[in-house]
Amino acid sequence: MTQHPLTAGLGLKPQHYDEALHCAAPGLWWEVHPENYLADGGPRLAWLEAIRARHPVSLHGVSLSLAADAPPDAAHLARLTALARRVEPVLVSEHLAWSAWRGQYLPDLLPFPRSHAALRRIADNIARTQHALQRPIAIENPTHYVHIDGHEWAETDFLAELVRRTGCGLLLDINNVYISANNLGFGAQDYLNDFPLHAVAEIHLAGHHADPSHGNSLLIDSHDQPVARPVWELYQGVIERIGPVPTLIERDDNLPDFAELLGERNRAHHTITNVIALQTGEPTWS
Amino acid sequence: MELTHFQDAVASALLGQGPSAEVPWLAALEAQPGFAVYRNTALKGCIDALQANYPTVCQLVGPEWFRASALVYVRAHPPHDGLLVNYGAGFSAFLRDFEPAAGLPYLPPVAALDRSWTECHLAADAPALDRSWLARQDAATLALLRLKPHPAARWAWCEEHPAYGLWQCHRDGLEIPDSLACSGDGGLLTRPGAVVTWQPLARSGAVFLDACAGGLLLEAAASCAMAAEPATDFAALVGALLDAGALAEALPFHPTLESP
Repeated sequence: MTQHPLTAGLGLKPQHYDEALHCAAPGLWWEVHPENYLADGGPRLAWLEAIRARHPVSLHGVSLSLAADAPPDAAHLARLTALARRVEPVLVSEHLAWSAWRGQYLPDLLPFPRSHAALRRIADNIARTQHALQRPIAIENPTHYVHIDGHEWAETDFLAELVRRTGCGLLLDINNVYISANNLGFGAQDYLNDFPLHAVAEIHLAGHHADPSHGNSLLIDSHDQPVARPVWELYQGVIERIGPVPTLIERDDNLPDFAELLGERNRAHHTITNVIALQTGEPTWS
Repeated sequence: MELTHFQDAVASALLGQGPSAEVPWLAALEAQPGFAVYRNTALKGCIDALQANYPTVCQLVGPEWFRASALVYVRAHPPHDGLLVNYGAGFSAFLRDFEPAAGLPYLPPVAALDRSWTECHLAADAPALDRSWLARQDAATLALLRLKPHPAARWAWCEEHPAYGLWQCHRDGLEIPDSLACSGDGGLLTRPGAVVTWQPLARSGAVFLDACAGGLLLEAAASCAMAAEPATDFAALVGALLDAGALAEALPFHPTLESP
């Protein structure tokens, strides 16, 4: 187990398992979707436990459907709780979105009108989840592709209010901010200025691409490219403001080899260690 | 707008289940270019998962045919939860009744073997019985034991088609031999070490495992196997099952639990 504080992590991919297991980069951690490991037994769990024996692991859920107008599925929450007990993750996170509805699961992170009623429902769902897990979770800002009528809250205020009501943390996905700002026509920096940065427990960075039919007016959160330059610039600004926060490079498709991914991860690592050095007056330790 | 109302409408629009034109706000939402991103992501996620879970079926029919039929399946049977590694339990049954697959009667049993692989892969861990366990048993009481199949063991016997031979050739990247042409066959999938392994299984072996799973005493289960295939070398069959890690536990005979 690394003795360094968490700096930058990577999404764990089966293709990179051996390299992930043996990589000794300081501050490195690994994030997984718990859904891929909710098996009764077998090689998946054994694999995750072997990684966990050497590295900090974060559980980043995609299917708890906290923004559905229903409590989280009890069976799913119980399985997630059991996995968290087994893995003892360093971070647990989910999305400000819905994906399961009336017994059907739609593998996407779907939007909703941010109404007062939605706020009450989601705060209750987060509280139930935190109660089951016996720990706070971090909630991620979603990627937006459509304009929805009926918002009664700005997203940044909505997230701040969730923090206030439930004690949850936030997962700030800067690529999501960049894409949503582009697609819906607001300023990414304005959004970040309004964001409750004091509650950020984790940051996500990822790549995107332009929609093949609509071009740059519709960016897709595809996780299939390196992190884009403007996203790195926004990230630099955030880290300078709030100091070191564990940061994940997400890459789910069009996977490069491990060395290239680690190189991108090291860039975030150095951004964090540089800001630590500025804060403490110490030279960077790697 | 109520959250429930919004989610009912959007969920059915994403799965292509509802007449959105009758709901003006939904029609307006769907008219935005970005709505297609949600629809494509949701459907692609389901189809990708089904393709990952049925690789042999996909190899046999080709990705284009597979994904077209998967879309029909996904709309009729979307996933129940986010455990997409376990999605598609009913795909073999769906293929049996799927008109465009009528000319490929071996496809459902091959799909069932793909499903067996997934179930074997995800099943609970448990120690397996081995030959040294057998050597320690008292011959007098052995026949009165109940053998429980290992939680990861899956087996299949197909009377009409060499589904296992076909499946195994694809999984192992082998040429399909001419001798595969007409007879039925069976297969056994187990997880003796870290990964799923497979081997051929005789009809008597499948009958024996069915009988064990049904709770029969070893003696009765053996009789079922011998009745199914009188020429079976029963000691060799049990030895092969033990070597494969197909049996997990032996429960002793308990008179009060037996029916008169």
